[in-house]
Amino acid sequence: MNLSEVTSVGGFFSLVPLVVFLPVLGLLINMIFGGRMSEKAIGWTASLASGATFVVAVLLATSLAGHPEAVTIPFLDWINIGTLELPWAFRVDTLSVTMMLVVGGVGTLIHIYAIGYMHEDVRHHNDPSRYRRFFVFFNLFIAMMMILVSADNYLMLFVGWEGVGLCSYLLIGFWYDKGKDGIGNALAGKKAFITNRIGDFGFLIAAFLMFQYFGSFNFDVINEMAPAVAAAAPAAVMAMTMFMLLGVTGKSAQLPLFVWLPDAMAGPTPVSALIHAATMVTAGVYLVARSFALYSLVPAAQNWVAIVGGVTALLAATIAVGQFDIKKVLAYSTVSQLGFMVAAVGMGAFTAGMFHLVTHAFFKGLLFLSSGSVIQGMERGEHHVEHDPNLKRKMKQEHGAGHFDPQDMRTMGGLRKRMKITFWVYLIGSLALGGIFPLAGFWSKDEILLESMHLHPTVYVLLTIAAFFTAFYMTRQVVMVFFGEPKSEPAAHAQESPAVMTVPLLVLAGLSTLGGLLNLPYLHTFKEWLGHTLGEAEHAVEGAVEGLAEGAAHASTAWYDLGGLDLRVALFSTVLALLAIALGWWMYTRRMEELQSLPLAKRPDDPLRKILGPVFKVFENKYWLDEIYKALLLDRYVDVANFLAQKVDWDFWHDWFHDKVLAGGFRGLTWVLAKPFDLGIIDGIANGLATGMQGLAGQMRRLQTGFVRNYALAVFLGVVVILGYLVLRMI
Amino acid sequence: MDIDLTTLVTFLPLIGVLVLLFMKGEQKNAIRWVALLTSLVTFAVSIVLLVNFIAAGNGAISADIELETKVPWISLGGWQIYYHVGVDGLSILLVLLTTFLVPLCILSTWSAVEDRVKDFMIFFLLLETGMVGVFVALDLFLFYVFWEFTLVPMYFLIGIWGGPRRMYAAIKFFLYTMAGSILMLLAILWLGIQQQTFSVPELIAKGGIPENIQLWLFLAFAAAFAIKVPMWPLHSWLPDAHVEAPTAGSVILAGVLLKMGTYGFLRFNLSLFPEAAVRMAPWIAGLAVVGIIYGAAVSYAQQDVKKLVAYSSVSHLGFVMLGLFALNPQGVQGGILQMINHGLSTGALFLIVGMIYERRHTRDMDAFGGLWKVMPIYGLITLIVTLSSMGLPGLNGFVGEFSILLGAFGSEAIGSPWFAGLAALGVILAAVYMLKMFQKMFLGPVDKEENKVLKDINWREIITLVPLLIFIFWIGLYPKPFFALMAPAVEKLLAGLP
Repeated sequence: MNLSEVTSVGGFFSLVPLVVFLPVLGLLINMIFGGRMSEKAIGWTASLASGATFVVAVLLATSLAGHPEAVTIPFLDWINIGTLELPWAFRVDTLSVTMMLVVGGVGTLIHIYAIGYMHEDVRHHNDPSRYRRFFVFFNLFIAMMMILVSADNYLMLFVGWEGVGLCSYLLIGFWYDKGKDGIGNALAGKKAFITNRIGDFGFLIAAFLMFQYFGSFNFDVINEMAPAVAAAAPAAVMAMTMFMLLGVTGKSAQLPLFVWLPDAMAGPTPVSALIHAATMVTAGVYLVARSFALYSLVPAAQNWVAIVGGVTALLAATIAVGQFDIKKVLAYSTVSQLGFMVAAVGMGAFTAGMFHLVTHAFFKGLLFLSSGSVIQGMERGEHHVEHDPNLKRKMKQEHGAGHFDPQDMRTMGGLRKRMKITFWVYLIGSLALGGIFPLAGFWSKDEILLESMHLHPTVYVLLTIAAFFTAFYMTRQVVMVFFGEPKSEPAAHAQESPAVMTVPLLVLAGLSTLGGLLNLPYLHTFKEWLGHTLGEAEHAVEGAVEGLAEGAAHASTAWYDLGGLDLRVALFSTVLALLAIALGWWMYTRRMEELQSLPLAKRPDDPLRKILGPVFKVFENKYWLDEIYKALLLDRYVDVANFLAQKVDWDFWHDWFHDKVLAGGFRGLTWVLAKPFDLGIIDGIANGLATGMQGLAGQMRRLQTGFVRNYALAVFLGVVVILGYLVLRMI
Repeated sequence: MDIDLTTLVTFLPLIGVLVLLFMKGEQKNAIRWVALLTSLVTFAVSIVLLVNFIAAGNGAISADIELETKVPWISLGGWQIYYHVGVDGLSILLVLLTTFLVPLCILSTWSAVEDRVKDFMIFFLLLETGMVGVFVALDLFLFYVFWEFTLVPMYFLIGIWGGPRRMYAAIKFFLYTMAGSILMLLAILWLGIQQQTFSVPELIAKGGIPENIQLWLFLAFAAAFAIKVPMWPLHSWLPDAHVEAPTAGSVILAGVLLKMGTYGFLRFNLSLFPEAAVRMAPWIAGLAVVGIIYGAAVSYAQQDVKKLVAYSSVSHLGFVMLGLFALNPQGVQGGILQMINHGLSTGALFLIVGMIYERRHTRDMDAFGGLWKVMPIYGLITLIVTLSSMGLPGLNGFVGEFSILLGAFGSEAIGSPWFAGLAALGVILAAVYMLKMFQKMFLGPVDKEENKVLKDINWREIITLVPLLIFIFWIGLYPKPFFALMAPAVEKLLAGLP
């Protein structure tokens, strides 16, 4: 659709490029004038730029309400070669605008929160000059994410896809001179980028296949041609979707590439909330939803996606149980929840997956930001302790002289009394994540479970167990952080965060509570909304669901059917979650207290360690996946690279073959041929002509008996003669 | 006297040389200014050349050779050698790349070269004439003269102003390149005798060389070009030459001299021996892919930053070769664009390495750390160039690499998507070695005393790098004008293939 058609459609569609350009404007202002601006001005400039994209997204949504069909806004040609036509073009449809709303909305709240958070963070790290840099990167991220979600073709999507990866790299390593050995954060950033690049390799191969079979990267063209291509070359579509899956596992942190996400927690907490929970990591889910036409055609690939999601969901949930860093628990929880979404879109339950993506952005954004509030509360407590000699001495006795870790949940406890707002919003976030009625997570997770029961029983089992673990580890975390007695002096003196941070928390808490309204049973507002874009795919799924439920008529009259909500599934998962909460509550209050009677040396830091024994060790050490990858892949690559560089390229090829064999042989030959002739006659003439090069000549002769110089001179003189001749001719 | 634009661009630097010859060696700054102005005027005239080239197509970009001059030059026996120059879509961008990089190089030597400034500038301007000559020559004999001529100033640039092992490196560079050229010279002579002409357009028009003879000629030309590129495994001269050359020399070496090799393949091997080119495509592609992976792995293992960048060229030029021998529009156009991209990104990288070397007199990565904190502008620019070099979408490298891989993936001549699939692994490996370099030099704490007092780059250095950055973004976001310039010529070239 070209621009003239767009105007006939009316509405705000042609505003869509602004979602990219407004944050770019914001970052340019901060880059150019930020040096002379106050912290507040910088932070609010960035927040306004982000907020403006949200306004644009809202306007687009209102326009879509009246005209729900997709609109394409071409902007500029990009790569045009032969039959390849690749524009910068924006696509406005219900799917892309949903993502824009999430990115702009949650993004802006996190920007505002960061105004307060980074104010303290840069002081905590002793470098206030980086305040500006943070907001420049943050705006850049919004711009890149908007490119990703508003692209009308796979390659422009890829620009955003790698662009957000770059921002992730820069923000994980934001304190690039901190972390383990001063380099830990920088290494975490590098790990994220390279792991993602492995995924991007898959994306690229998928793109090559697309061009070969579709001759285009355009979503519409591919959707339209997909059935015909899938019929003619099913293997190609299978390969395409599977390589794309590799990209998804990178960006959305799924098996086998999820290992970068927990390390990514090295970034400041607003980064973890925005990039590594609410938006960027969901890009993989968005990609599969965007490619619904392809995936729907290859059930085998769908099966793989669903299995990858299901297994990741469970595996990461078990790891979360064994973590003590408050952010690591949330990170593995994110991996696990992304597994839910990936499983959903893999099964073809695109609406359910997208629904969970949205609610997860609310409650996981909330949880991360609250954890940031907790961490800074602890840091303020630590600061307080540092300035009180008595407390300082007391803390040294209790914790030793080592560095105090404000993120270790074992040092927390009792914070509900000192940080009231943070406690309540954290509780709401946890219950939403745990899937408790009527919070947002209940509705979206339940929809995924329901769909999986019909579409993929194996995945249903995996996800249900994962849901049990989810409720359990969140209870564990809430109890360890907020209940009981403070386990350290900083915890006892923790202080609540300022309003600029708590207000965004309250807004997100509201969204986490009410988010379920988006897609209530009977109404299915969200499903209808997305149906305009994912229409066909959803119908196919409905068909399957109905078929499995032994006919639509029968299903709708059953006692357990409440307009798309299956009471059996809902009840079962709710009971499981409540059980997990009860178990967690008992274990980390009662059982923990009982264990306190043990002598210090035998007292476990976690009751589960005693119950599960070696299994807990496996959870705590993340199944040793990092160690396995290092031993099997990373170290091997370093070995190969060193071997090639040192032994093959240098010792053998450079030193032996070239310097010994070739040069030595040549030298011997020239010595025999040239000594009597060359040194006697030619060298004499050359020396006369080139006295300026005397110093060189001495060295050169030693090496090559003057051969090069003579040749050079000959060529040089020849050219001079030729040029002279030429110039004369021309005149 | 009537001198055409192509000739003017080619020989303008010699006017600077003439002026320099009459200057006193002590007037260092005046010498620098004369050289800089000469190169800037040359660049300006090359822009005029570009405008005229565009205008020559009458509304569309011409697929043919334009701004052509053909003057009888040497008569030997039965045949005539011409001074025959001109530009077309295949060469115009490389001419511009050359005239664009030379002023930046001269600017970079402002404080780096203090010794024998006059000689340095003379050699540098001579080199410029040689390089432009290579790209505009349309007579095989003339081409050969320019081709060999470039060796001489480069030899002295390395040999006089280079690092500790400069003589070894200079001689190796000279001999290695010359060894390949001799085979090319034989092939040129054979062609001249057999076809009764040295004119490239005429040779293309005549054609009719039997395939088995084409194959031999192809290999003879390829010997010269493959060493220059350098294609794996003929790259052994490259790390020596790069590491020992002065900064400006490395920039030109990577930025332009290597492109003479890839350009040679494009201009001569593909158009003079089309049947052989198609037959050899899978073999060249195979070597290119090995070069991509091998160069990336060896790069990773380097301690010396300059060596790391040098080996990365083996990898990047592998991409170019893969693209050219995909023999389809995406591959060839991507390959040509990637020549430009590599000139910009690797040129910038060598400038960047030179700047830190000037300050610290070491290139050992472990001697740095945390430089971003001490030198924020330098850090930011290095980051952008690093990202460009590893092909981040939105920057120039991606457009080239993607087009190349896309072309190679579906290439009939190469015959299998496996080549492109393996080459795409190079995209991962590029991130591995480039990010390692960035992390070791710029991230982490500033733990060395010498690094704590480093001054950020000055205005002159910023001005040296900014033009490169502009093109890095421009080509990344809107490569259309660049592709438009070459598209008709590439189409014409490909039409000549069987």
